[in-house]
Amino acid sequence: MDWQALALSVKLSFVTLLFLLPIGILLGRWLAYRQFWGKSLLQTLLALPLVLPPTVLGYYLLVAFSPNQGLGLWLVNTFGTTLIFNFQGLVFASIIFNLPFAIHPMQRAFAAIPREIREAAACCGMRPSLVLWKIELPLAWPGIVSAMVMCFAHTLGEFGIALMVGGNIPFETQTIAIAIYDRVQSFDDHAAAVMSFSLLLFSMLTISFTYWLSARSERTHD
Amino acid sequence: MTDSAIQITLQQTAPIPLSVQLNCKSGELLALVGPSGSGKTTVLRAIAGLYQAQNAQIICQGETWQNSAQNLFLAPHQRHVGLVFQNYALFPHMTVLKNIQQAITHLPKQQRQAQALELLKKVHLEGLEQRYPKNLSGGQQQRVAVARALARQPKVLLLDEPFSAVDQVTRRKLYRELLALRESLAMPMILVTHDLEESTLLADRIALLHKGEILQTGAPEWVAAHPKSATIARLMDQQNLFTAQVVAHDQENQKTHLRWRGMLIEAAYQAQFPLNKPVCWMIQSANILLHRRNRPSNGNKENPLQGQITEYMESSGLAHLRVQIDKQLDTTISINVPLHVAKRNALGLHEKIGISLLSEGIHLMPYQALRSES
Repeated sequence: MDWQALALSVKLSFVTLLFLLPIGILLGRWLAYRQFWGKSLLQTLLALPLVLPPTVLGYYLLVAFSPNQGLGLWLVNTFGTTLIFNFQGLVFASIIFNLPFAIHPMQRAFAAIPREIREAAACCGMRPSLVLWKIELPLAWPGIVSAMVMCFAHTLGEFGIALMVGGNIPFETQTIAIAIYDRVQSFDDHAAAVMSFSLLLFSMLTISFTYWLSARSERTHD
Repeated sequence: MTDSAIQITLQQTAPIPLSVQLNCKSGELLALVGPSGSGKTTVLRAIAGLYQAQNAQIICQGETWQNSAQNLFLAPHQRHVGLVFQNYALFPHMTVLKNIQQAITHLPKQQRQAQALELLKKVHLEGLEQRYPKNLSGGQQQRVAVARALARQPKVLLLDEPFSAVDQVTRRKLYRELLALRESLAMPMILVTHDLEESTLLADRIALLHKGEILQTGAPEWVAAHPKSATIARLMDQQNLFTAQVVAHDQENQKTHLRWRGMLIEAAYQAQFPLNKPVCWMIQSANILLHRRNRPSNGNKENPLQGQITEYMESSGLAHLRVQIDKQLDTTISINVPLHVAKRNALGLHEKIGISLLSEGIHLMPYQALRSES
């Protein structure tokens, strides 16, 4: 078992969640309640990582953040850093890749709250921030937690995009999925099996947890 | 009107046409009545600040909530509004007590629970404080919604079809409770309903809304008996609506004579309608006398008609008759008589009867083509 790779993957997952939680809540809520021009296009763009092969997404990120041109060059000149072949790059790629997994469940969770309940809260004298805190978040939380769990598990097992953007640098960008690939390549079947089983177990737990949350949510809202 | 606690003016042509001018006094219950899609709920939402009409002025208890000319619009949480939603919109994750406490923001935290309990007592829900909405009956949920709406000490109480989601028996009970409760309420109350019986039972005044426009306001019985137009009469569910021609005004006897399908009938004196011009007229069932079949009364001298019963239904202590007038094959008149009267006179399908149209009950309206006369 490559504990360093596992620790890096867990760290990557948590940091990704730290960013995705507010992004998912704000964007998910916005998309759930607002109608605006270009909404369909935005939703299509946000859903792209669902169907795009991770390597393709990784390739475009690699090109976009290449320090020799455009955005990558601007980042180097402005902040003296780049977003490829390092942990920050991995986090950024992970956020982009996980956007639909975070936003869609949260959007659905917010959209499931009847408009009248939000309006009733406003008529009770609650300002919008209080409505979010006291009414919307408690009602949407199963969807939010479910999204976060899915993103965590997804990030933990991500391979293609991590390899494209982060490379395979031990202690820096080598995640557990890349480590498994590495062990298989070097015929270390035992380590690969242990790590694969660990990820399998974790994925099963994740799915069970989200189903449980979903069922619990239905019971609460009926 | 200066004594109005709330004054509402809404004008817009799209997306929902609105032409509304309303006012309501403190302690008065005004019913917004109209068919589905007439804009009743939109008006209520505009008052609450949940809908922003293009040209609007809403002044409540001296406070301007919206003035489009001055670009002023207060958000719902800035208006002191108590709104009971059609499906109650209780917070499903909170207990009954917590639901009510959410609206008590004007009191210190330590007093909120006592106030919420007081309100629960007022709506007869003591002992259910810790229940969740899903564990309450429809009637109980409605009472919690009313308590929550009152908890904010609103400057206006808005009720959006609050009785539509409960069964008939519960509805009757809730009517009685609302009538009792409103005695202790000093704010203006606006009830949205499409149920004419409900508005007659509960409201001091009704405002009849049709396609976003207020057509007539007044006491429910007055509007029902004196609609300004045939459209209003139809909306007020008047069954006996016809067209006729004014043939004479008899000022001395205070009668207006009409020619209706070859017959002459007398109506109350209504000289504002020109001679020899068509008019619409209506008569409420209460102004139609049934001749006693074996002992004709004096009533049969006033616009007497003979006919045959073509429809006979019994419900709620009344017999609903439809009478086809003799020699006027396409004319029928609807009458409701107490069931005991119907039984005593042995009324039934295909029976011949005599009726009188009381001239005082014949109300004239400007002419408009009627889709189909009764």
